[in-house]
Amino acid sequence: MNKKSKWRYFMDWVNGEEVIETPKKVTWKKIDFEKWKTIFQKYLWNDRKKSIFYLIMCVFVSVVFISILLQTVNTLPYFGGSNNPASNEVVQRYIESGVEETGATNIVAGMILDYRAFDTFGESNVLFLAVICVVMLLKKDKYNTTEAEEREQKEDDMFEKQDANIILKRIANLLIPLLFLFGIYVVLNGHISPGGGFSGGAIIGAGLVLYASVNGQQKIQKFFTYKIFVRINVGCLLTYCVLKGYSFFTGANHLPNIIPKGVPGALLSGGLILPLNICVGMIVACTIYGFYALFTKGEI
Amino acid sequence: MTNLMTNHYEAAAVILFGIGFMNLLLSRNLIKKFIGLNIMDTAVYLFLAAKGFIAGRAAPIIAQGTTATVEQFINPVPSGLVLTGIVVSVSVTAFSLALVQRLYKHYGSLDLDEIMQKAKKEGH
Amino acid sequence: MEHVNYIHNIPFASIFLTMFGGIITPLFRNGKVAQKINFVIVCLVGILSMILLGSVWKNQESFTFMMGHFPAPWGNELHAGPLEALMALTFSFVMATTMLGGAKFIQNDILAEKQNLYFVMINLLFGSMLALIYTNDIFTAYVFLEINTIASCAIIMAKGTGESIAATLHYLIICLLGSGLFLIGISLLYSITGHLLMPNIQQSIIRLTTSGEYAFPFAVVIGMIIIGISIKSAVFPFHFMLASAHPAATPASSSILSGLVLKSFIFLNIKMFYCVFTIDLIRSLRITNVLFLFGLIGMVVGSVSALKETRIKHMLAYSSAAQIGYLYMGIGLGNHEGMVAACFHILAHAATKAMLFLCAGGLMSVSGGKDGIHDLRGAAHKNLIAGIGFTVGGLSMVGVPLTAGFVSKLYFASATIYSPQKMLITLLTLAVSMILNAMYFIPSAIAIWSPIEKKTEYAKPSRRMELGIGIFILTNFLLGIFYKPIIDMIELGIHLL
Repeated sequence: MNKKSKWRYFMDWVNGEEVIETPKKVTWKKIDFEKWKTIFQKYLWNDRKKSIFYLIMCVFVSVVFISILLQTVNTLPYFGGSNNPASNEVVQRYIESGVEETGATNIVAGMILDYRAFDTFGESNVLFLAVICVVMLLKKDKYNTTEAEEREQKEDDMFEKQDANIILKRIANLLIPLLFLFGIYVVLNGHISPGGGFSGGAIIGAGLVLYASVNGQQKIQKFFTYKIFVRINVGCLLTYCVLKGYSFFTGANHLPNIIPKGVPGALLSGGLILPLNICVGMIVACTIYGFYALFTKGEI
Repeated sequence: MTNLMTNHYEAAAVILFGIGFMNLLLSRNLIKKFIGLNIMDTAVYLFLAAKGFIAGRAAPIIAQGTTATVEQFINPVPSGLVLTGIVVSVSVTAFSLALVQRLYKHYGSLDLDEIMQKAKKEGH
Repeated sequence: MEHVNYIHNIPFASIFLTMFGGIITPLFRNGKVAQKINFVIVCLVGILSMILLGSVWKNQESFTFMMGHFPAPWGNELHAGPLEALMALTFSFVMATTMLGGAKFIQNDILAEKQNLYFVMINLLFGSMLALIYTNDIFTAYVFLEINTIASCAIIMAKGTGESIAATLHYLIICLLGSGLFLIGISLLYSITGHLLMPNIQQSIIRLTTSGEYAFPFAVVIGMIIIGISIKSAVFPFHFMLASAHPAATPASSSILSGLVLKSFIFLNIKMFYCVFTIDLIRSLRITNVLFLFGLIGMVVGSVSALKETRIKHMLAYSSAAQIGYLYMGIGLGNHEGMVAACFHILAHAATKAMLFLCAGGLMSVSGGKDGIHDLRGAAHKNLIAGIGFTVGGLSMVGVPLTAGFVSKLYFASATIYSPQKMLITLLTLAVSMILNAMYFIPSAIAIWSPIEKKTEYAKPSRRMELGIGIFILTNFLLGIFYKPIIDMIELGIHLL
């Protein structure tokens, strides 16, 4: 390597060019590294060996992981024991004064929507975020749909209209109102019986999905468009945000809270829990239907 | 290891977690990878639910007009945590499956290695 | 209304303000309106954080804020002190300036009809980072960690190309692995301690470690939680996700990802050390040594990978991995000084790397969108401010005096005095890493400033980008010169954490 080529090499390096790809082979005391490298790659470290090594490593790591965790479980407090560390003053207050303090006879609902409401606010935001992400990814735009796909989908829609399966339609039309009714019941009674916004919303969402898959998406689009979808989602979450913001603000600053708790056990009780459950239920229902519509058709 | 028999729910949960973990690492197919992830999450919920259970006690829904004592009901906190966790995992699953759908449309494959290779080639 | 302490409401107000902004943004179809709303909100949060910082610094205090009507072990809580306020201020400052400087990239790279959704993500991401900074509850941390994950993945994929979506998937899988470990860690921790709030867990842990109960589960829990968070913050063996994510994302997203998102996880880690596990327990379990080792390896491996790269954004991504190594090295020293240095480096690196990514984006856009370093020859003459910014950022990364990077390296080096057994290796690695940094930043700086013969057509850099990068350059020098009060604040903050 003479002086000039060294300078050249340096210049290339300064300019950030691919100096590694210069044709000159790197030799060192007459040992051809390239040759040894290819032999090594061919016989000792080929793709098959690599994948076997990876597999063994994965199994090994997982087995070690499981055994560590099993050893941990072995030393944990007993299952079903009544004096576990987790049954402490926190649980005692939740159960013994939960009804009085939150107005909800369903302690879990009282806990997630009043005692630890900030977590649940975050959780609704996760759902909102996920549906916005799916809209970003799958709502039709110039990157994710080609003309051929568009045409195919139009043909599908035509076919869908002709393909009227009478038994399916009749039964679904019987079932859907019942589903909605049941979902609404579960949402509204979230604070006095098992259930709540998330489970009720999922039932209503299932009803919407059934309606859309039986009657075709065009029919549901007559009353449920993208605009309405966004408005319901945003509106409910905003209500949630404002109500909870008010409740946090008054709680933290020890201001009087004007929201009545009602008689525990009645439908109109539980302070903010009922409206929050309704908001959450609507968000969940829209989200579940939104996922379905976006995954199948790429639009709401 | 005698406690493992008493804590059998937790032990099962932990083994399921490991299986999910292994699935996440080993599967090349993206959908299977995310199934593994869901197994992991579900195992954690089983673990939490088992931790909340107390033998001989009822679900924490108090009958109207009675006063509750802590001896009657199970621990409500893990139930709330599981509820939160389920919603988070549903959201994450939906997001990841949407990603997979886009990738399948774009590259025509569900194999992670193949997709990464094609993406790298495209990036150059 | 007479007893309300409005200063104490600031953490709550800033989290809810950003969340509110994120929620209403989908109603505005126009991306520009969404951007303005986001900018106003971030600036407001910045001002509020500044007021908070001034107040807690003056009173030398930290306080907890009750989220709801119920006190500590029953309801959620926020905790704010000088360190939290300083972090919130830095995060909002970097966020606002990046959004100012990166506005053009967002408008060019993202489809017009989906731009408003991008700002939903940015707002919620910012809100989740604030919540991670202020939270005093471990389960809230988990929920907001997930928001953070989804939103950060969303800003990577927002560009919509196949490459960016593949990179997002890679990033998402690694992040979810981290959150899975974190979740099982907190479930185990709950079953042992019976609490979810950090101060209560800490009390239980102190009680249980003195009595020696549950020693093995504790070690496992601490391992899981720390490893989970470290994976999410792209510590050494997991840094490959950065190398695919950064080049594929729009420059503004890269800046936020590298400058803020990874830092928020590291801050959570520091918080876990001080507020949950206590630093003595961490030291006695030798967790710090493990982090120290991975930090050192990350520093060298990241820098060597960056040296081998010929594409600018890949180079910056690997350089980020190396800087994460610095942070873990500082934390791993296991002493107070190392932690102070790491906290200062969080600020310095947030400001520097965000600027570097913006400048790289600016230089690439005047060179026809190519990212090879040899394609960028003379780009600095076309986009002067980006060239200056890139050079200053590079010098700061190398650690030239008067820049922010110098101060953090100085403090890292002086912190080693208090851990004599780690001193030699740390100083050696610091020196090697600085030389490597110089070896990859100086050639690219020479390349961008090399003279060009013929003038070709290119788009002029926008006024807002010039302003954004200008502010970043100024900040870098300010951090490098007037660092003393900031160090004092960090020391007080760690003390009050």
